[in-house]
Amino acid sequence: MQKVLTGNQSAAWGAMCAQAQVVSAYPITPQTTIIEELADLVAKGLLDAKFIKVESEHSAMAGCIGAQATGARTFTATSSQGLALMHEELHWAALARLPIVMADVNRAMAPGWSIWTDQNDSLSQRDTGWLQFYCESNQEVLDTVIQAYKIAESVDLPVMLVLDAFFLSHTYEAVEIPGQEATRKYLPPYKPSIYLDVKDPHAFGGIVPQDVYMEFRYKMQVAMNEALDVSVKADEDYKAMFGRGYGVIEQYRMDDADTILVTSGTVASTTRAVIDDMKAKGQSVGMLKMKMLRPFPADLVREALEGRKRVAVLDRNICPGMGGIWSQEIRNALYHTPESKRPDVYGYIVGLGGRDVTPEVIEKIALDVQERPIKDGEQVWIGLKE
Amino acid sequence: MLELRFHSRGGQGGVIAGKVLSVAIFKEGRYVQAFPTFGVERRAAPVMAFVRIDDEPIRIRTQIYNPDHIIILDQSLFNMLDVTQGLKKGGTILINTEKKPEDFDFGPDYKVVTIDASTIAAKHGLGSVTQPIVNTSILGAIAKVLKVVKIESVIAAIEEDIPAKTEANAAAAKEAYEVAVG
Repeated sequence: MQKVLTGNQSAAWGAMCAQAQVVSAYPITPQTTIIEELADLVAKGLLDAKFIKVESEHSAMAGCIGAQATGARTFTATSSQGLALMHEELHWAALARLPIVMADVNRAMAPGWSIWTDQNDSLSQRDTGWLQFYCESNQEVLDTVIQAYKIAESVDLPVMLVLDAFFLSHTYEAVEIPGQEATRKYLPPYKPSIYLDVKDPHAFGGIVPQDVYMEFRYKMQVAMNEALDVSVKADEDYKAMFGRGYGVIEQYRMDDADTILVTSGTVASTTRAVIDDMKAKGQSVGMLKMKMLRPFPADLVREALEGRKRVAVLDRNICPGMGGIWSQEIRNALYHTPESKRPDVYGYIVGLGGRDVTPEVIEKIALDVQERPIKDGEQVWIGLKE
Repeated sequence: MLELRFHSRGGQGGVIAGKVLSVAIFKEGRYVQAFPTFGVERRAAPVMAFVRIDDEPIRIRTQIYNPDHIIILDQSLFNMLDVTQGLKKGGTILINTEKKPEDFDFGPDYKVVTIDASTIAAKHGLGSVTQPIVNTSILGAIAKVLKVVKIESVIAAIEEDIPAKTEANAAAAKEAYEVAVG
């Protein structure tokens, strides 16, 4: 079935297809319509789930943690300050190895007060132990929610999928909805090996002494490493069944291009059109789309970028005192590449607080990076007012 | 690719007009993207909505700066906004007003078409006489004047997507389609 949906509705319909059993959520602009849609789907009987209304995002995640620990498939969504308020519980969910799935609508952190998109909210949660996927279309949002459960439940880790405020969250476009029956063939019901059961009482989350805590962390790291291959396979299986796949990264028209733009979120979508135009004008450019942030697909990135002349990383985020976060990750991945094959990596800061990243901005970067000496190209801010 | 920009005030249904138009175009098998101004919506505040239409998948995900046509649901917006900003040469300005096209002067680069959507909407009981909800009437006029969508698709989209006063909304769209001069 195809329907015209917003990005937010697509996230909700993804959870509906995956048959989430508990939704625990608190509204925040621009995420609100995700939980409105879910409340509607539950009220209409299209999703057989318990909808828990809570008093904060911290409680929203606590609700998911409690429900997931009893063996229920859970879903929530948030944005910006709401995600920040959840921070403590994000660590808890991951360390408790609960495969919760959450949508984060990327919104800039305040102050200055903003409801518009940038990636600082989700990227500043990168060390919590959640997998993270960045989406560029409403279809990808819906498909990624379904894949997220498959991945999360395979490695017992939570997954956050990310969509840009307004550019996806409030934008209508046609989306194919697989429905619950077809989805069930891809994603069987959630059956955890360990769960809270009143008939067989156990305690979870007790004190862990110094002689075993490290082992908990080690097992989590092993699971994160496995999550890369699991994610690649989950996407391939999804494509085989539904005809749509995305890859954890995607090389768009990179063939033998000298200059590669690294993008994520909706900027990746717009960049496709820019690459096509520039290629038609004879420019040697291509795009690497980053879908996965954690685990970081370093080997795949290295393979894609080795031997290129230069790489321009478009960061819709800023780590103060360090620079763009994706550019740090890309540089890190290339550290062990022999110097003869290692491209220069330039960081471009764009689109903070929802400022539009237009085709003109993207083309300007693709041209600028070909002229700029690398020593001046550590971090370039694009479109700053005087 | 064709790009449209709607100007309205919060509560007039400009955002829903974009949404219903996107459903109508989707029903014709074309690609469409519709979105509101990225802002905080309040009743009576100026609101914009945007629609992109193409025969290919739409990859550009930015706001629209140079629309092909402009649709104005509230003529009082002329006093506070440069509503033709960025409009492409040869574009049409479709205005909800009781006035005639010759009452407006936007220069030789644009075509002006007027439709009294407020009267049509009020006649069909949509909103109130002082604050009619004009979006479905405007959609009928769009089908006739801009020829970006068939009236049958607009009616089907209204039937699918507007749960309140569905028949009255469909009738208003049809009447606007009939009286609009394209």
